[in-house]
Amino acid sequence: MNILTDWPAFLPGLLAGLGVSVQVALLSLLIGIPGGLLLAIGASSKTKLVRILIIGIVEIGRGTPALVVLQIFYFGLPASGLTLSSMGASVVALAATTAAYTSEILRGGLQAVPQGEVEAAGALGMSRRDTLRFIVIPQGFRVAIPSLIGFAILIFQATSLAYTVALPELLSQAYSIGSTTFNYLSVLVLAGLMYAAITIPASWLTSRAEKRLARHL
Amino acid sequence: MDIFLTILQGVPMTIGLTVSALALGALGGIPLALGRRSTIPGVSFVAVSLIEILRGIPPIVWLFIIYFGLGTALPMLDPLTSAVAGLGLISCAYMAEIYRGGLSAITRGQWEAGEALGMGRQSVLTFIIGPQVFRVSIPAAASYAIGLLKDSSVAYTIGVSEIVYFANDQSRQSSDALGPFFLSALVYVIMTIPCAWATRALDARLRMRVAR
Repeated sequence: MNILTDWPAFLPGLLAGLGVSVQVALLSLLIGIPGGLLLAIGASSKTKLVRILIIGIVEIGRGTPALVVLQIFYFGLPASGLTLSSMGASVVALAATTAAYTSEILRGGLQAVPQGEVEAAGALGMSRRDTLRFIVIPQGFRVAIPSLIGFAILIFQATSLAYTVALPELLSQAYSIGSTTFNYLSVLVLAGLMYAAITIPASWLTSRAEKRLARHL
Repeated sequence: MDIFLTILQGVPMTIGLTVSALALGALGGIPLALGRRSTIPGVSFVAVSLIEILRGIPPIVWLFIIYFGLGTALPMLDPLTSAVAGLGLISCAYMAEIYRGGLSAITRGQWEAGEALGMGRQSVLTFIIGPQVFRVSIPAAASYAIGLLKDSSVAYTIGVSEIVYFANDQSRQSSDALGPFFLSALVYVIMTIPCAWATRALDARLRMRVAR
């Protein structure tokens, strides 16, 4: 069993990579989810032009693979004078993807808030902005939480795409250890298990969140 | 325009990769979905663990494990075979979950009705429940297929010549670094958006054809 001697030796490098992966995932979600909320609100705008524009952006964002978005930001943008570091490009690209996907999730959540509550708020003299801020968004967000956690898991997995822009995240670290030790299988399996060690418990969290929220509906 | 035509050369590979992986998943998902429901001790645990592991590890990592990890021992694993195997394995897990949703959509009464007619559980499954499960699973499978079409782009990292591969190539060769990527994005959007519309329409039609 050379795993017993190999894996402890691989671990420090991989853990450093995992740290970078988690950091990219968190930053992307932190920027992307508020972006998604703005898009979700914009998609129900009263102005037709705004609505069409936003739905177009969301459809294009969801139709393009995250890998392509990443390459546009990292390899493409320098040609137009804007150079991003591999970290910057990864965060911006995954945040853009997050915004496009979560806008649909959040739109579903916001629509789940009964129209009667919006009318009631109007009857109490609340402005549209206050209704959105205090009535619709807090409830809509709650409904969307299980799907948002599910999406967060996918974004954490998608950080592995940043390998293609030479970001030293978990997969890059595993690959470079593999290329120096020629022990690809062992180190890649360990890296895979490290991804799974985060995504699998997180998906249990999703189903628990679903059950908890279902109690109040 | 030349760049666009070059990128289009990757489309057959992208579609072929997606269809093969999906076909593997549609078949492999069946034993996993049934295993998950099994009452034999251990079987359902193994099925659930397989599904969780397959879905819990990013696609690109699976491709690397197969191509770089197993490929050193098994030289017949060329990039395309590895990509089909990797994406196919992941599809098995996702399709199993889709079938599970389909199975739970069929009311218990139909199992009972089948048994009341003297059919064994096995034949109720193959003749009554199974066909309906496939029918209810189609919309979810179609949305998964759209996701898979986009995920197949990761095969570029192990050197499969699909859309993103050609886009990268063109971006490096031509003076225009940004254009090829936008064109490849356009190709994906053109492929996925009509699929998404068709799925929605199909979903509405199929819902009417399932016995309640």
